[in-house]
Amino acid sequence: MTAVFSVQNARKTYNRRTVLDVPELTIHAGEVFTLVGPSGAGKSTLLRLLALLETPSTGTVRYHAPAGPVTHDSATIEDRRQLAMVFQRPALLSRSVYHNVAYGLRVRGSRNGHQRITTALERVAMQPLAGQNPQQLSGGEMQRVAVARALVLEPRVLLLDEPTANLDPTNVRIIEDLITEQNRDFGTTIVLVTHNIFQARRLATRVALLIEGRIVENSPTEVFFDDPTDPRTRAFVSGDLIY
Amino acid sequence: MQTIIEAIAQAIQLILTLDPVVVEIAGRTLLVTSIALSISMVVGVPAGAWLAVARVPGKKLFTAFIYTGMGMPPVVAGLAVYLLLSRAGPLGDLGWLFTIRAMVVAQVIIATPLVVGVTMSAVLAVEPALFFQLRALGATRLQARLAVLYEARVGVIVGLVAGFGSIISEVGAVMLVGGNIDGSTRVLTTAIVLETRKGNFDLALALGIILLGLSFMANLGMALGQGRLQHL
Ligand SMILES: Nc1ncnc2c1ncn2[C@@H]1O[C@H](COP(=O)(O)OP(=O)(O)O)[C@@H](O)[C@H]1O
Ligand SMILES: [Mg+2]
Repeated sequence: MTAVFSVQNARKTYNRRTVLDVPELTIHAGEVFTLVGPSGAGKSTLLRLLALLETPSTGTVRYHAPAGPVTHDSATIEDRRQLAMVFQRPALLSRSVYHNVAYGLRVRGSRNGHQRITTALERVAMQPLAGQNPQQLSGGEMQRVAVARALVLEPRVLLLDEPTANLDPTNVRIIEDLITEQNRDFGTTIVLVTHNIFQARRLATRVALLIEGRIVENSPTEVFFDDPTDPRTRAFVSGDLIY
Repeated sequence: MQTIIEAIAQAIQLILTLDPVVVEIAGRTLLVTSIALSISMVVGVPAGAWLAVARVPGKKLFTAFIYTGMGMPPVVAGLAVYLLLSRAGPLGDLGWLFTIRAMVVAQVIIATPLVVGVTMSAVLAVEPALFFQLRALGATRLQARLAVLYEARVGVIVGLVAGFGSIISEVGAVMLVGGNIDGSTRVLTTAIVLETRKGNFDLALALGIILLGLSFMANLGMALGQGRLQHL
């Protein structure tokens, strides 16, 4: 199994408060690696580190590009462009939905993206609203645009931060199917953050539980749900974990 | 009352017949102000955009200077340019005093802080998360910065129009450094002052109407453009 990310002794500190402390973590190519945990546990922080958007306060986070491992500091723009991230609260350009989805292709200098853009919009059922401006969109629609603008890039790794948090069941289904499809048909490595334990069960190949900045369990999905190592995992899965 | 109505009638006639003096002065005014505004834009927009995002020591101090500059009485700018360009001044050898160039310099000094300040606020008003998220879509730093600046376009343009309005209607500085010389540095504002003093109310009014009209057109263009700009 090829590693896509490897984390060693990474800590992230904001205002002298350590919000993430991960001694060791490896994410492999082709996985749907899912991070769960209570809010404030550090899930988004870990995702930003993996996306090479931030650098750990100490330790290293490596992305294993085909040409070799790189870090936040050593990654070239070509390395970065193999990763795409969807944020928990998407910020869109105040231009049409179509333009938002075209943006990532445009910065790559690609001209004839029309077919790809249309396909991406269709996959999130946003094609009818291609001409709309974000001000006219609901939260769920914005979230789907955010997924489409990442998907259209056909990234090697797709990092998704609670992509279905604002969605109704129909749209949750659309996005979940899309994640499965992307992983199965295109071999895209997925790193998914969710607070929905059922979603993790449906999609993940491996699940990690993050509590107060630490990974307390990191297991294949069946093990995570049926035979976890850490008692806190059982409590979290059964909904008994109180914070 | 009679004289005022007569003056207005004559002013309108002067404008409609494209009186050569009126046309010459209006043309020169537009020339000076457009050059000055273009320079302010080329300097001020990147500077404002940079100030909005830069994390450098002394930035707060510099920002305070910009805000002071925005509220600086234009005549003080005129005085500074006068001293710089006067024969004994450090740039006296250029021989720019009492030329259009001196007037452009003064207007640039008046308009630039405005353009910088407004650009900075407009860029700061853009959703802060956007830059980061564009980076996560593969934009280089420069590409993401430009996209954020583009998001701020309406604010930037409002700033440019405000800058245009402030320098085209300014009288003290251009009077000081231009000298209001007939046929070379006379512009709308300085001509209005002169003609009013001489009792040529019709000419003064005609020039005043044109000045108002230019300001109005800039603002109207902005108002019309705003809706469309947002949807570009
Ligand atoms: N940029 C930041 N500056 C300061 N504190 C932050 C920042 N980002 C996250 N934090 C803090 O780090 C902790 C973990 O946040 P986050 O990773 O967003 O958690 P999660 O995504 O699991 O809800 C929180 O307490 C949050 O307030
Ligand atoms: Mg989060």
